[in-house]
Amino acid sequence: MRENVGARGLIFNEPLIFDISREGRDGASIPDGVGLPEKKIESLLPKGSLRDDIEGFPSLSEVDVVRHFTRLSQWNYGLDGGFYPLGSCTMKYNPKINEDMASLPALNNLHPYAPEGLAQGALRIMYELSDYLAEISGLAKVSLQPSAGAQGEFAGILIIKNYFESIGEKRHKIIVPDSAHGTNPASSALCGYQVIEVKSGSDGLIDPAEIEKHMDDDVAAIMLTNPNTLGLFESQILKITEIIHKKGGLVYMDGANLNALMGIVKPADMGVDIMHFNLHKTFSTPHGGGGPGSGPVGVTKKIAPFLPTPVIVENNGNYSFQYGNKDSIGRLRAFYGNFGVMVKAYVYIRSMGGDGLKKASETAVVNANYIKEKLKGIYHLPYDRECMHECVFSDKIQGENDVSTLDIAKAIIDRGFHPPTIYFPLIVHGAIMMEPTETEGKETLDSFIEALKDIAAKAKEDPGSLKASPEKPKVGRLDETQAARNPKLRWRAGQKDG
Amino acid sequence: MEFPDDLLYTKEHEWIRVVGDTAVIGITDYAQSQLGDIVYTELPDIGTEFAPGNAFSVVESVKTVSDIYSPITGTIEEVNDNLESSPEQINAEPYTGGWIVKMTISNADELEKLLSPEEYESLVNEESH
Repeated sequence: MRENVGARGLIFNEPLIFDISREGRDGASIPDGVGLPEKKIESLLPKGSLRDDIEGFPSLSEVDVVRHFTRLSQWNYGLDGGFYPLGSCTMKYNPKINEDMASLPALNNLHPYAPEGLAQGALRIMYELSDYLAEISGLAKVSLQPSAGAQGEFAGILIIKNYFESIGEKRHKIIVPDSAHGTNPASSALCGYQVIEVKSGSDGLIDPAEIEKHMDDDVAAIMLTNPNTLGLFESQILKITEIIHKKGGLVYMDGANLNALMGIVKPADMGVDIMHFNLHKTFSTPHGGGGPGSGPVGVTKKIAPFLPTPVIVENNGNYSFQYGNKDSIGRLRAFYGNFGVMVKAYVYIRSMGGDGLKKASETAVVNANYIKEKLKGIYHLPYDRECMHECVFSDKIQGENDVSTLDIAKAIIDRGFHPPTIYFPLIVHGAIMMEPTETEGKETLDSFIEALKDIAAKAKEDPGSLKASPEKPKVGRLDETQAARNPKLRWRAGQKDG
Repeated sequence: MEFPDDLLYTKEHEWIRVVGDTAVIGITDYAQSQLGDIVYTELPDIGTEFAPGNAFSVVESVKTVSDIYSPITGTIEEVNDNLESSPEQINAEPYTGGWIVKMTISNADELEKLLSPEEYESLVNEESH
């Protein structure tokens, strides 16, 4: 076995920036004797533009500030530091060429109000990226405007609503399987739909008979994820989408798990009418705190007129925004979406190519199956069959020694890895959901598997020791209950730390 | 795990104590142990009417968020305001201080459909194995 990657190093303590402030210290000074006149700020700006002093506003030197933020950054764990098998999140490595291209001054410094004639390159990138996503999904048209996955879902459900209004139908329900992402029922409810939850079968898949039972002409759509949140491919998908279409409904696919399908299956060929893409998952742009997301929404030709406005059109090699589409759901946000993220996804697609994307999906599936096979029997596998890009275990075996999923996750931290997703999907008791992605080599997977075997062995021999984990990070097990019951969300002047 | 024998139960892990025309409702010891530390409870307005299967309250724990379903048809008479500041009461005393609502019983026949302590205990044993 390789040496545990979670060895202990020197990590600095660092107080809040307010607490290291010293009156009179500052980071910049203008040298005397250069002939610049000094004026009171009040004489330069109108009163309405001046703000009151902020109580406790920190005064620090440059070196204080640099050390403060450098130390904080050292507490961070990211993909550049190690493996991040967070299921359903596709935490793949973010190639540096994405960042390089997104920082090109011609893109980075482009003003959102620049006239179309001066922004042709940016418009072309957006136009072509929409085209690539349409190609990958098999759908007719894609809007890049949604800021992240949840807004993509919101846009999608609004499109469904407007579509039914346009044909004079009033439908009130949306079917959501119990294995769905939490955002699916939330997006449906936000748009005024009643959510009909459908139970998965004992094989972890949607049972077409259950859909048949709930499908009627009051159901606007089904929202499903394929592969589903158990990492299983919905093998009855064609039957399911047929049942929905027969009664005039639409099929929405949550694109969270698209990383298993690129270049292999086109969602449109499975009967999907509308879907969102998570550029921050499938297309290698930063996820979570690393940068904003982006959740483009794609649709079939039939419902394309309802896409958000403006849409980008091409005419003889010239690109422009088209406004005023009367069926459009309207604007989702200021300007055109998270442009920097689009550039990164565009670079990813261009540098991978069609074959590369297909290989990425294939490798993601192989990696997940490798972990599943190596850990099967050591951890309980509730749905024992070939998985797609992620696999879901539970704490059933370790539970016999009173070791829970939470204990296992915390023990993984001590072994140098970010924990997988836990307690999701909800249909598995004590779920541990692992998604390795294609960007990890066999050595990384092997050392992760070794770490999990080690934890399983500890759970048998010395279960109490796992309750104390994590012991190696800067802080041990945090009091999540106190944090939720009594959250302290901001610093206040004069407030005692407690 | 406790299953007090003066209570009725549901498959969704609520308990019901019948006091005259009123039903006191909470979640079971098993339910609270599965949810983990409860950090927030959303309570219904007094006077609201619910039918069996309607969600009348939401309980949020560190692990998950769960709807609490009305076992019977009835109107909310009283809610346990203490839970707003001390949701942990549900963990500490699920059958006493952790009660969630009191409802008037509109149709006493519905009580017959609820589970006895023995039936509920065997359901829990099945579910946890």
